[in-house]
Amino acid sequence: MSLSLTALVVAALGVVAFFVARARANVFDAGDLSTRAAGDRPHSRPVYHGAFVALAAVIPALLLLSAFSFVQPKLLDGGIIASLPAADQPKSAIDRDAIIGEVKGLASGELADAFNPASKAAVPAYKVNQSRLQLEALAAAVLLAVGGAAWAFTRLAPQFRARNRVERVVMGILIVASLIATLTTFGIVFSLLFESLRFFRMVSPFEFLFGLQWSPQTAIRADQAGGSGAFGAVPLFWGTLFIGAIIAMIVAIPLGLMSAIWLTQYAQPRVRSILKPVLEVLAGVPTVVYGFFAALTVAPALRDFAFAVGIPGASSESALAAGLVMGVMIIPFVSSMADDSMAAVPQAMRDGSLAMGATSSETIIKVLVPAALPGIVGGVLLAVSRAIGETMIVVMAAGLAANMTANPFASVTTVTTQIVTLLTGDQEFDSSKTLSAFALGLVLFVVTLILNIVALRVVKKYREAYE
Amino acid sequence: MDAQTVTPTGSNTGTVTTKMTARDVSVFYGPKQALKSVSIDVSQENVTAFIGPSGCGKSTFLRCLNRMNDTVASARVEGEIKLDGTDIYKGDMDVVQLRARVGMVFQKPNPFPKSIYDNVAYGPSIHGLARNKAEMDGIVEGSLRRAGLWDEAKDRLHDSGTAMSGGQQQRLCIARAIAVDPEVILMDEPCSALDPIATAKIEELIDELRGRYAIVIVTHNMQQAARVSQKTAFFHLGTMVEYGDTKTIFTNPTEPRTKDYITGRYG
Repeated sequence: MSLSLTALVVAALGVVAFFVARARANVFDAGDLSTRAAGDRPHSRPVYHGAFVALAAVIPALLLLSAFSFVQPKLLDGGIIASLPAADQPKSAIDRDAIIGEVKGLASGELADAFNPASKAAVPAYKVNQSRLQLEALAAAVLLAVGGAAWAFTRLAPQFRARNRVERVVMGILIVASLIATLTTFGIVFSLLFESLRFFRMVSPFEFLFGLQWSPQTAIRADQAGGSGAFGAVPLFWGTLFIGAIIAMIVAIPLGLMSAIWLTQYAQPRVRSILKPVLEVLAGVPTVVYGFFAALTVAPALRDFAFAVGIPGASSESALAAGLVMGVMIIPFVSSMADDSMAAVPQAMRDGSLAMGATSSETIIKVLVPAALPGIVGGVLLAVSRAIGETMIVVMAAGLAANMTANPFASVTTVTTQIVTLLTGDQEFDSSKTLSAFALGLVLFVVTLILNIVALRVVKKYREAYE
Repeated sequence: MDAQTVTPTGSNTGTVTTKMTARDVSVFYGPKQALKSVSIDVSQENVTAFIGPSGCGKSTFLRCLNRMNDTVASARVEGEIKLDGTDIYKGDMDVVQLRARVGMVFQKPNPFPKSIYDNVAYGPSIHGLARNKAEMDGIVEGSLRRAGLWDEAKDRLHDSGTAMSGGQQQRLCIARAIAVDPEVILMDEPCSALDPIATAKIEELIDELRGRYAIVIVTHNMQQAARVSQKTAFFHLGTMVEYGDTKTIFTNPTEPRTKDYITGRYG
């Protein structure tokens, strides 16, 4: 019986334990509760007694099973090697892995035949070993579950504080859940950090951060044509800023801000209730959809326009196309942050201005926007951090050429685009070319982290000012 | 409280000119009627107090006098309100100009998150009352002096107005209101968020401003009405029950409901 089936058996035992314990606790509760003094009433409701016993049955058994699931493969592998006659003992780690793989494949039926006759001979012993281990796991788990339930059951009494214990276990489960989420983040950061360190052993951080030449193609063999492998990332940083922080923001900040002002200050409530969700739908459109809109519609139109007016260096993939579409994508972020922060300005402030004889637009420009400015700035910073991390639009519309140009009609490339091209396809994971993707990822991570922290601090500071 | 302990100050000075008149003013919030057919005259020389229990319509009526109810989408005003004989709800009355002539001070001090100077200069700058910095400095100083705040504020004109104490903030709001040189100042429970000392200062200030501006004050505090006003109107359940000289209202009201209220039977 496999481990997952064993886990199901344990769960079933838990359910049984719950009902038995609850029935037992119902006995404590029998009789007319209203006639009893408070001290006579059972401390916890029957459902907590049931849950306590069920948890005592399930948790230790499941912990045992999850520990066993780590140990079992090692035991089985050891068993395979041990069952081999002395002559067939593997000579290297690769041999060992090959034999183990073959035995497992044969046993599960995935392999019809083996290269190594020794593997075939080891299969029956392996199968016996496997079913014995699984039976042992089942027995241990069931024993533990029944034992845990029995121990818990003997503790049940009218004044037993089952509720407090169950609450504590529930809190523990919640802590574990949040730890998993947090630790995963740390895991990602560390993997990024260690791969980047490997890269920085090959290329100096100084060259990476300040070099002006980006050409990651390196020759693998001497006779191959290939770039020298230059890893100066400044052109990528420039392209990223040019698209995400300059062009996109030139589109998103005025449009987002003005639409927020109109929606909060001028629009009829009915119009607002329709238009605001429509605007927010923009935020839900998958970025790949924006990507092909940018690549197939906007970019060619811009190129044709550039040719018509005679702007040199126009390309069918341009910073402008990617930036414009990204700006549209970012509008809802800017506008909903601006909307929230303007709605948070106290009505008294608006009334004060209006009562002075200020018009609506004077009130907005002189009182509302300045008062909401920290929130708006925070929203813009969050939008920038989102824009520079955005990938699909720039992959599809910005291009791959690492140009240092301020011509918006020319093609530039961004950090995210380069990460995608460096890591897609067949790659060897020890070349500086591939590892440079991690260094780029690290830079992106650090920059967006700083932007987010600054933005959240700005927003928080502002919220404190009005509460 | 005991009506006998209240000693109204001031009295009607000889000639009285009517600044604002209201006739049959009713206000509706959606289908709900908040004010029923109120008629009142506000004179230039006196401080007029509106008293009454919470929800009686006194603040609603006050906000009709400078059309601040316009900012409430569901509000509808019926009847006639005239400022110097001109109906303020008729087409040719510009609400921006109206509010420059009829200023307002709110219940909670609401200085803008700007410097003290900029708070006072706000009105004059939007209405173009100063041609240069020197004139603006003059307006700011004059307004702060009249609001009794100059000595406390002159060395910190460029500090934020929100950093002042509550009482100072409220006097700043009064300075801000008088900086545009209005004809009428409406005060909506201006002391309800202040401590007794700050309240006394505001009351003193109201007395000093009397005569120069027609002042209408809404208050919960009957002693305050007795101390600062010469005319008092008592509101109850959306109607104006009684309007007369403050002295008469507090010592010899004609309506039994007024008497019950000022002697503390309800409210």
